[in-house]
Amino acid sequence: MATINELEQAIKPVVVRRRHIPLSLLGWRIAGYLTLIVAVLIIGLPVYWTVMASFKETREIYSLPVTWWPAKPTFNNFSAAWEAAPFGRYYLNSFITTFFGAGIEVILALFSAYALAYLRFPRKDLVFLLLLAALMVPTEITIVPNYLTVARLGWINTYQGIIIPGAAIAYGTFLLRQAFMAVPHEILEAAHVDGAGHLRILFSVVAPITQPAIVTMALLSIVSKWNEFLWPLIVTNTTDMRTLPIGVFWLRNSEGLTNWGVVMAGSLFLIIPVLITFLFAQRAIVEGMTAGAVKG
Amino acid sequence: MATYTPRQERHPNTLRREHRESLLFALFIGPNLLLFAVFTYWPLLYNIYLSMVRWDFLRPTMTFVGLQNYIDAFSDRRFWNIIWQTATFTICSVGLTLILGLLLALLLNQPLRYRNTARAIVFSPVVMSGAVIAVVWSYIFDPRYGLIDQLLGFIGLDSPNWLADPFWAMPAVIIVYVWKNLGYAVVIYLAGLQNIPRELYDAARVDGAGTWERFWNVTLPGLSPVAFFLSVTSVLTCFQAFDIIRVLTNGGPADATTTLIFHLYELGFVSYDAGKAGVVAIVLFLIMLFLTIVQIRYIERQVTYG
Repeated sequence: MATINELEQAIKPVVVRRRHIPLSLLGWRIAGYLTLIVAVLIIGLPVYWTVMASFKETREIYSLPVTWWPAKPTFNNFSAAWEAAPFGRYYLNSFITTFFGAGIEVILALFSAYALAYLRFPRKDLVFLLLLAALMVPTEITIVPNYLTVARLGWINTYQGIIIPGAAIAYGTFLLRQAFMAVPHEILEAAHVDGAGHLRILFSVVAPITQPAIVTMALLSIVSKWNEFLWPLIVTNTTDMRTLPIGVFWLRNSEGLTNWGVVMAGSLFLIIPVLITFLFAQRAIVEGMTAGAVKG
Repeated sequence: MATYTPRQERHPNTLRREHRESLLFALFIGPNLLLFAVFTYWPLLYNIYLSMVRWDFLRPTMTFVGLQNYIDAFSDRRFWNIIWQTATFTICSVGLTLILGLLLALLLNQPLRYRNTARAIVFSPVVMSGAVIAVVWSYIFDPRYGLIDQLLGFIGLDSPNWLADPFWAMPAVIIVYVWKNLGYAVVIYLAGLQNIPRELYDAARVDGAGTWERFWNVTLPGLSPVAFFLSVTSVLTCFQAFDIIRVLTNGGPADATTTLIFHLYELGFVSYDAGKAGVVAIVLFLIMLFLTIVQIRYIERQVTYG
């Protein structure tokens, strides 16, 4: 008897629950989806608004009530933006500074990470500390002295002036070092036994194995160089040396308020390449940006 | 005497190899360290020096004034006002990011359809240029033709003149900043949620804990290390927030959105006051150094005892 009682006791809540769950669960589901939609709208609407405005005629942008879809979609804003500012040149400048800026960072990080992970050195801990400490000096506070240094070097308004002061890399070095340390020892030893030198081990053994980490690191570098604003703003002083973010900023200053469609089109010139990259490499980018957070 | 043989005589090859390896180490890491020395460590030291001189960047000589620049700065009401504004901006932005980020992460952790798409959308502003986001938002804040005015119109409200009104400019900057950085917090929280062991939830369920109790007793404590990491990181990035302020409000109107980092830029590149810029740089550095040390201490403790 006792056993049946126990059994009933055990079953009861389950049965009772089962009757209630679908309804309340449905309620929760709907509430969940509604919140999700609101959240996505809040984040997505500004981008939607930008895209729509860039296809609207100027007249439509400055007429009330505001429209949610361009009445007569037009590409005029894009060509007008391209003519209002030398966007071809901005693209070139952004490509050069991003390519070389990120490229140098990746190469420096590869070599530094290899040295830290595998090579012996008397005071390695001290070197490690020097790199770690660099993470604690935000680049923003170095702008005045660095401007003076770059001016002394005669690099104001040059590509090297934009690229070199920000080329050293600490975060990426640590990211790669961590990946390098995880490479199985046997593989490295086998390569040593085969008589491979360190350069060869780095490029034909370690790098291929840790490729995902390297790609992640490179993507982070590329995105941050592409978006960089403060330093190129300071170190360039003619239109033809501006990168895209600076160019769009000045376009807003000259055309904003009177010609939002053109400014929004110009903004898309910069945002779209990043969004496409993000679309294809979302996982790697998110993982790289969050690497420091949860492992610690 | 005869028992002692210098190492190099015993293992000439080993030593040479060690030397070569050390040399290679220096070659591999040297360029990176050199760049840091020239463009990170030297500027830091040079800022200390600059903070003790009076100089307008043009004159060939600097006048050494000792701690006068610090005394001037800290007895200036405007400087305190800027510190206060930096604190307001930081506390509001970090608070909103942490709370909204948590709510959104909890939602996106549910088995809802399209949640991966939603995650991607929420994260996307993080990879966009802050300057261009600010350009886009300066149109959104347009009091006549902007999106916000339109949305407020739905509920019968008029849009304030966000960027020209000393009261509304700071909220506008905070809104844009949170909009851009929310996705980062969400992703970190989601990783934290994934790290909470399932068994803890099962155990709580066996103990008869309801949804709410499980949230209070399992989820929140489980997320606290992540929340701590996020709060320090967010505070640090807030201190570095320049592009949005420069583009959206240019520190104005009437100084209403001038933070320390913007003040540093202004002193260095608008009013050409090297000494005062040096003071601001040092003050900023010390605050951020303190926060970073707190963070490292905490992470160390996590690793050792956690």
